[in-house]
Amino acid sequence: MMDWLYVTEVALAGLGAGALYALTGVAFVLIYKATRVVNLAIGEILMLGGYVFFGLVAGAGLPLWAAIPLTILAGAALGAVVERALIRPMLGESPISVFMVTIGLGSILAGVVELAWGADPLRLPEFIPNTPIFLGEAYVAPKVAYGALVAALLIAVAVAALRFSRGGVALRATARDQGAAYSMGIDVGRVFSLSWMAACATAAGAGVIVGAIGGISPTMGIFGLSVLVVVIVGGLDSVAGALVGGLLIGLVEALAGSFLGGEYKLLATFSLLILILMIRPYGIFGTHEIERL
Amino acid sequence: MRIGTLKLSYAADESLFDTKVQWVWLALLAVSLVLLPFVAGPYWIYMACLVAINVASATGLNILTGYTGLVSLGQAAFMGVGAYTVAVLEIRVGTPFFINLLVAGAMTASVGVIVGIPSLRVKGLYLAIATIGASMILHFVFAHWELTGGTRGLSMPPAHFFGIALDQPHKLYWLIMPVTALMVLGAANLFRTRVGRAFIAIRDRDISAEVLGIPLLQTKLTSFALSSFYAGVAGGLWAYFFRVVTPESFPLINSIFYLAAIIVGGMGTILGGILGAAFMTLVPEVLKLVVGWLTPWVPDALSLLAPIRTIVFGALIVGFLIFEPQGLAEIWQRIRRFFHLWPFRT
Repeated sequence: MMDWLYVTEVALAGLGAGALYALTGVAFVLIYKATRVVNLAIGEILMLGGYVFFGLVAGAGLPLWAAIPLTILAGAALGAVVERALIRPMLGESPISVFMVTIGLGSILAGVVELAWGADPLRLPEFIPNTPIFLGEAYVAPKVAYGALVAALLIAVAVAALRFSRGGVALRATARDQGAAYSMGIDVGRVFSLSWMAACATAAGAGVIVGAIGGISPTMGIFGLSVLVVVIVGGLDSVAGALVGGLLIGLVEALAGSFLGGEYKLLATFSLLILILMIRPYGIFGTHEIERL
Repeated sequence: MRIGTLKLSYAADESLFDTKVQWVWLALLAVSLVLLPFVAGPYWIYMACLVAINVASATGLNILTGYTGLVSLGQAAFMGVGAYTVAVLEIRVGTPFFINLLVAGAMTASVGVIVGIPSLRVKGLYLAIATIGASMILHFVFAHWELTGGTRGLSMPPAHFFGIALDQPHKLYWLIMPVTALMVLGAANLFRTRVGRAFIAIRDRDISAEVLGIPLLQTKLTSFALSSFYAGVAGGLWAYFFRVVTPESFPLINSIFYLAAIIVGGMGTILGGILGAAFMTLVPEVLKLVVGWLTPWVPDALSLLAPIRTIVFGALIVGFLIFEPQGLAEIWQRIRRFFHLWPFRT
């Protein structure tokens, strides 16, 4: 007989982790939607967010209320610089080349972080309340619960901005048809810039939460691989897909991790990835692009 | 000064080189490769072996990615399959090394075909991601199968050639360099044949290629098989060279390394695979030298080596893609052109 309480607790922890995947997935989708760039450096940008926060709080001694916005601003600045310096020159090149540029960027960021803060894992200062939380009878680790809550809030903000704000509408128009958007007076270049800034800011914010839960280390970029699975499963250009995919992958990882063993986590997610690619290559909610000669 | 090459027959048009001078240079290169172990120190022979192994693997990836246009991030995992096959055969069966290498190649080719099956449905980025998934699964198998020795891996005896143990780089050189030379030559000639031409047609536009009567799935899988065969043999050579095979020997970053090597060298040129693999293998060594010189001024310079290497690796990929997308092979062509046109156009 299975212990349903235990299963519920594992599932809740998985959904909590999944919320962070979903948040980072939304950052990924923002970039893909607007610029058609698969950004494999998202994991490293997230890591950099965690480290910048650590530097501001532990190094510069700033209070939390100042450090968090500054980290997010730093993320946005990084996004703007990267888009200008690395992605804009690659406009019109094959998607694979741009994809490799982001892999190179990830390598550079990982190296810079290791150079600045060393290779050892670090712990962020405690700032999440740690009174135990119970949902019904099931125990949820407070860090995971608050992390998921903040992630959900940020996702809501991002979705609302995409839906109602002027920039969000411009971004969606650009994603639909670049030429038409351009002729309607939308500055497509600025939309590209904006999407990178918003995505990197979101990723940096996610980095703070991920770091607060599990600590930070230069190998944190591996998180990006799971996010890649999330967005492929959900569909590269779908925000809803990122949400569903994130929760699904979080759940699968947690269940595989606690019932099969920690080393089965990656096996489970990547098997799911290949399965999805075989059955539905454009993901659950993605747009099926038809190729014509 | 040379103003052009006149070709009077199809044979001349599809020959490997368009001038006789290039054959002279090739002969000189061959002679110097034969002479190298007699004049170079152990360190340089070690590096030459390592470069040769990487050239073999990069050339294999070039067949798949550079010529067929199918991006793979599974080359390191394929090398792992070859290395483990050789190690298991050497330990359990004890067959001679050339049989082991061939079996490793064949084994990896069949794994490659299985991994290549998604290429029927997906291409481009999606395929690259599918190969990441496949290499993760292969890693899991390496680390959890009894036959592959789990996380501790396998230690194997050296290769034997008529009773001589090939246990030192200067002996292994005579195994590694000829095999690599043969494989590179084979790859160069492959693109003069129907199959090789079909690969290029698929790269340029796969739907058009299918309209022209090239069976897409079959040709793509052939490309996967050939490329993984190269990876398998290169992995086998790698196993003979280091003689310890562990799951950590072939991480995902190595697959990125090979893809970076053909980008830096120049995709879709045989010369590019060679130059890129040699360049990317030697850059970390040069960095080590530079950091060694810095030690008197920067006390903990050696601890900075690993992150600097990571940064340079990334910067090379980004820099070449932005500023020199055709890679080192294009730079080489530019230098050639300069000398051809000298002194009339400089």
